[in-house]
Order: sequence, then C-alpha cells, then structure tokens
Amino acid sequence: MFLAQVQGRVWCTAKNDSLDGKKMLVVQPLDPQLKPRGKPIIALDSVGAGTGEIVYYCRGKEASFPWLPAETPVDSTIVGIVDRVDL
Amino acid sequence: MIIARVIGNVVATQKDPAHEGRKILLVQPLDLDGSDRGDAVLALDSVDAGSGDRVLVVQEGWSAMTAVGRPQTPIDMAIIGVVDKITLAKSA
Amino acid sequence: MVLGRVVGTVVATRKDPRLEGKKLLIVRPISPDGKDEAGYVVSVDTVGAGFRETVITVSGSSARMANGCKDTPVDNAIVGIVDKVSMD
Repeated sequence: MFLAQVQGRVWCTAKNDSLDGKKMLVVQPLDPQLKPRGKPIIALDSVGAGTGEIVYYCRGKEASFPWLPAETPVDSTIVGIVDRVDL
Repeated sequence: MIIARVIGNVVATQKDPAHEGRKILLVQPLDLDGSDRGDAVLALDSVDAGSGDRVLVVQEGWSAMTAVGRPQTPIDMAIIGVVDKITLAKSA
Repeated sequence: MVLGRVVGTVVATRKDPRLEGKKLLIVRPISPDGKDEAGYVVSVDTVGAGFRETVITVSGSSARMANGCKDTPVDNAIVGIVDKVSMD
C-alpha cells in the first residue's frame, strides 16, 4: 500500500457500469515525510475520503476486493484515511 | 519477496474493515548493501515486527492477504518474516 | 520468468508458518550474456540451487505453482537451474 493525499475528484458519465456510484479521486502519492512523490493517479474511494485528506491506497487486483462479489475494473483504491504517521 | 526495514507506523481509524486489528507499518525497501532502494511503502504486519527490524515483505495479493488471515480483501503487501541473518557470496 | 544468479541466503526464524523448511535465496537478475542487472529478489528455492548458480525465477501468483509452493505466501520461486543460454 502507499501513502497519498487527495487532491481532487473526477466525474465520468460514460463509464463501465460497475463504476456507477463510485467516487473517483485524484490522489498525489507521498513519501513517508508526506512530500509529493511522482505523478498523481486516479483511485476509487472505498472509505469516504475527501479532498486534502491523507490516505493510503492499495494497488493491483486487490484494489477491486472492497466491492466483491462485483468485479470492478480498478487498479488503485483508497482503503484507509490516515490519522497519524509515526516515524 | 524483498528485504525492507521498518521505519514507521501508520494509524488510521477510518479504513477497510479487513485492516482492523493489524499493524500498518511503513517499510523502506533495502538494497543488498543495506542502502535504501526506492520509496517506502505500507505493509500489514503478520509476525509482530517492530521499528528498526529488517523484514521480509511479500508483494503479491494472495500471499499478503492470507499471511494476515484476511482472504479476498484489499491488501497487496505484508510482512511475512523478520530477518535474522543474510549471507552474501563475495562477488555479490 | 527471468534469468538470475544466486548471490545470497536469508534466514528468518519468526516467519509465516507456511514458509517453514523452505530455502530462501537472494537472486540478482542477469542479462542473457551473464552480466549483473540492477536489483535483487528473495526467492524460494524449489530445485536445489546453490551459490553463484544461474537460475530461472518465476514471479507473482505463478510462483505458487512451483513444486511445494502450493498455498504458501510466496511471490517468487526458483524453478530451474540453467545449464546454458545460447543467443542467435
């Protein structure tokens, strides 16, 4: 999983049916010091995250598992909102 | 699998239910000479690893999910061992 | 699958019980002409590989199809010891 900050939201009218009703967010990956790292990506939200929040997201097939048994075509999903990082 | 060092702990209240009751650790992947390799990532802990430990991290979904006992959940990395010793060939 | 060279071993006492008795080797990827490439991976040995041997590794969930790896949490396995690589 990776740390990221929610920067925005994406709306699509024409999309895969199984993405209906799911929130698509723009997230900027972060390093452990919470500095931006690399390019922003689009991730689905499974926990109710909002703009500005620090989150962690999961990649790969596992990103579709919060919606089982539906097979959702997604490769990055926010699975937690970070309260605190202790280094 | 890769070798990494535990460098921190992440606390999250609002998260996927499958992550409840498991430590979410920040781990820094290491090169064979012990130097940092790439960016730190988050892994769920299955062996009670602690800060500073050198650990074995699995980077494939099924392995990670079953290691922490949560099949079919959004988990893509897990700590599955605490490294006691590494031996290297002289040429490595 | 990638070509690699065995460059080390890893010992871990506290580990997932399904890894008990498995040999964990450190494999560095190599090019077909035998030159070291960047990085390394910790791989489960399923063929009796040893130090400095050139091997074939398989990664991802396919690693669990290697001998003895069924239902174990491994993402990389050594599945062959290379005798020879020939290039046209």
